[in-house]
Amino acid sequence: MTEFNLIQIAIAILFLPLVGFAFVLFLGKKIKSAYLVEVGILILTFLLTAVLLFNKLYWFADKNIVSEFSWISYKNIAVFGNISIDLGFLLDNLSVIMIFTVALISMLVHIFSIAYMAGDKLYNRYFAYLGLFTFSMSGIVLTHNILMMYVFWELVGISSYLLIGFWYEKKSAPDAGKKAFLVNRIGDIGMFSGIMMLFNTYHTFTFEKIFAQMASGTLPFNSEFWLTVTGLLLFCGAIGKSAQFPLHVWLPDAMEGPTPVSALIHAATMVAAGVFLVCRIFPMLTGDALFIIAVIGALSALIPATIALTQNDIKKVLAYSTVSQLGYMVMALGVGAYKFAFFHLITHAFFKACLFLGSGSVIHAMHHEQDITKMGGLKKKLPLTYATFLIASLALSGIPLTSGFLSKDGILQGTFAFGSLTGYWLFPAVGFVVAMLTAFYMFRLIILTFHGEPKNKEKYDHAHESPFVMAMPLVVLSALSIFIWYTPNPINADAGLFLGKWIKTPSLSVPQNARYSFMKTDLVPEGKAENNRDISNEVKKEGTAEGKEVIYSEAYTEAMHHAHYPAMFLSLFVALTGIVFAFVFYYWKKISADKLARDIKPFYKLSFNKWYFDEIYNATFVTFTMLSSRVLAWFDNTIVDGIVNGAATVTRMISFFTGRFDNIVVDGLVNLMAYLSGFIGLVLRRFQTGRVQTYIVLVVFSLVIILYLFKTF
Amino acid sequence: MIHIGLGHFLFVSSILFSLGIFGVVTRKNAVMVLMGIELMLNASNINFIAFAKYGNFGLQGQVMALFVIVLAAAEAAIALAIVLNIYKTFSTVNVDEIDTLKD
Repeated sequence: MTEFNLIQIAIAILFLPLVGFAFVLFLGKKIKSAYLVEVGILILTFLLTAVLLFNKLYWFADKNIVSEFSWISYKNIAVFGNISIDLGFLLDNLSVIMIFTVALISMLVHIFSIAYMAGDKLYNRYFAYLGLFTFSMSGIVLTHNILMMYVFWELVGISSYLLIGFWYEKKSAPDAGKKAFLVNRIGDIGMFSGIMMLFNTYHTFTFEKIFAQMASGTLPFNSEFWLTVTGLLLFCGAIGKSAQFPLHVWLPDAMEGPTPVSALIHAATMVAAGVFLVCRIFPMLTGDALFIIAVIGALSALIPATIALTQNDIKKVLAYSTVSQLGYMVMALGVGAYKFAFFHLITHAFFKACLFLGSGSVIHAMHHEQDITKMGGLKKKLPLTYATFLIASLALSGIPLTSGFLSKDGILQGTFAFGSLTGYWLFPAVGFVVAMLTAFYMFRLIILTFHGEPKNKEKYDHAHESPFVMAMPLVVLSALSIFIWYTPNPINADAGLFLGKWIKTPSLSVPQNARYSFMKTDLVPEGKAENNRDISNEVKKEGTAEGKEVIYSEAYTEAMHHAHYPAMFLSLFVALTGIVFAFVFYYWKKISADKLARDIKPFYKLSFNKWYFDEIYNATFVTFTMLSSRVLAWFDNTIVDGIVNGAATVTRMISFFTGRFDNIVVDGLVNLMAYLSGFIGLVLRRFQTGRVQTYIVLVVFSLVIILYLFKTF
Repeated sequence: MIHIGLGHFLFVSSILFSLGIFGVVTRKNAVMVLMGIELMLNASNINFIAFAKYGNFGLQGQVMALFVIVLAAAEAAIALAIVLNIYKTFSTVNVDEIDTLKD
């Protein structure tokens, strides 16, 4: 297997789902079983990604495989100089692991959907959309330049829009689709501006070239401040796509889509694209940018976690949980725990997909009942769903022996290390609080859904375990939520190949003085950067870029190492606390949740109403937009239309006058000519008598005149 | 005694020619028009002969006059045939009434 073979496989992986999309979309109406082609293609795609993953990680683990071709190339253009826009693939460990995850979950969701969507009248079109989504997502993951990434970024946006609004007869579904699309647009504007700033500075879209130029000292507008701004603008795209704090409102609404779609797009892959983007651009993020990213991540982790506590819709709870976990990953990236952010991205993709598909199984069994207060006791009816759901919930809560424990613990460890290095202890605090809240709401969900007495007897009696095609994905995904796939040591993720060998923190391209203080030298203890300025300067003078990197990772790794056990025990403690609280409230009912809710009514209402984000946005941005639209409409109606109407009136007047001119002067001239011709004709007609003698007279007369004129005497 | 020169010949021939034209233009009867034409031809004959006598052209003038006489005879034959046809068509030989040329 050569590098070229891997690129060929990658091309096949990218375009196969597109073929499936086109096939099912165009022939779906004629051929009832066209969806089977799409499912088959996805299975094939998954097998190819497995081959790609194995070969890349086994043979080329330390090598980035790039294949590109020049799409647009100009020499010596005004302002820009030489421009070369390349399109191509970047196969590094990050992208092959990600593409494997995407293809696996996409395939399982396809299979799950065969049963879940059975009987839907747009059955084939649904699979076509899934194919389109898989294609776009693969594009994001495999591309080696940010322009292509942006194109596919928008493509996943459109497929997400199509799938959220899939049941378009319900009014809420298309509304949610529009909301998701518009909110994403806001983030994408920022991302687009960031891309333009990068292109303006580096005249290329390729990540590696950008980072190389940045490492050699080229910065946007020659200032670190603008580098920070560029990084944050690109992060705006991630805020939109990954539903981070100010723009998180679309994701819970997106649950209007079919549940497998929620599992695939709005839990496992597309929303993780934002985190993936931050991973990709990690080398160019300055300390300031990372700090803001960490703050946004922390807010996104905390706020939705508090909202999830009180939601009653099974999918809404999971949606807020997703936002919260994505916030976790973003926070991890912000504090520099790059490896664990990506690790959590992968583990979360599996167990959250499992949870969503499990909830799909429950909803399917309950005949589209989503309210957990109307469920209960489903453990007996749905034993397999219950078992897989429980494993995934344990993973999400961070209980040992699960993958979630490792990755979540890693993130907490990272925030802990960050706190110890910089003194910002708020981040680990948020992390642990969220870990507790997560464990609490997940077990609240499980207890209300699967334990206790059935609230709705009729639906309970009709509930039945899901068929094989729905159960199989659950089993696979819950199996992937176990630690063994990632590391042989259930309490140390670094022991495994995943973090030990495959995923490495990339070397930074950011100038030394724009990084976090602890990223410059290994001797910065808690928040005392001043003492070490000299050392860092020395390092700057002596060290090569490589050398500095070692120092950075050593300092951070050291702090991570110190944080390992405290963070682990603390996280385990808070998770168990959360679970115990959930049991106290909902299982043993020692404390009445309703009574507590009444006691702290303001907080309860705040959480239940989702912190009034929708209302606030409605009252501010939406109202403002509507108001400005009205003003603009008024402007259009009166001023612009007035100008147009005025122009019309003036034109009409001018036309009137030119019409008159035409009628009188031009037509007059024409008529005059006609009259003259007629008159002359009338005169000349006299000569045409038809009598030979008249002609002879005229001839003789003319001859005489001619002779007279040409006389020579 | 008046010496008769070229001028006299030309004078006579021009009078004859004018009378011929007058006849052609004013007569109503087609036959009379033809007679006017004959006068004009003869006027030209006189010119030919006169120039032959007074000019240094050899016999050319006389020969041309003979040609004209022959031509006049042929013309008279054809023209009378035409007049006959006109009479057949219009039942008249009055050239004033034959004005279909203007159509």
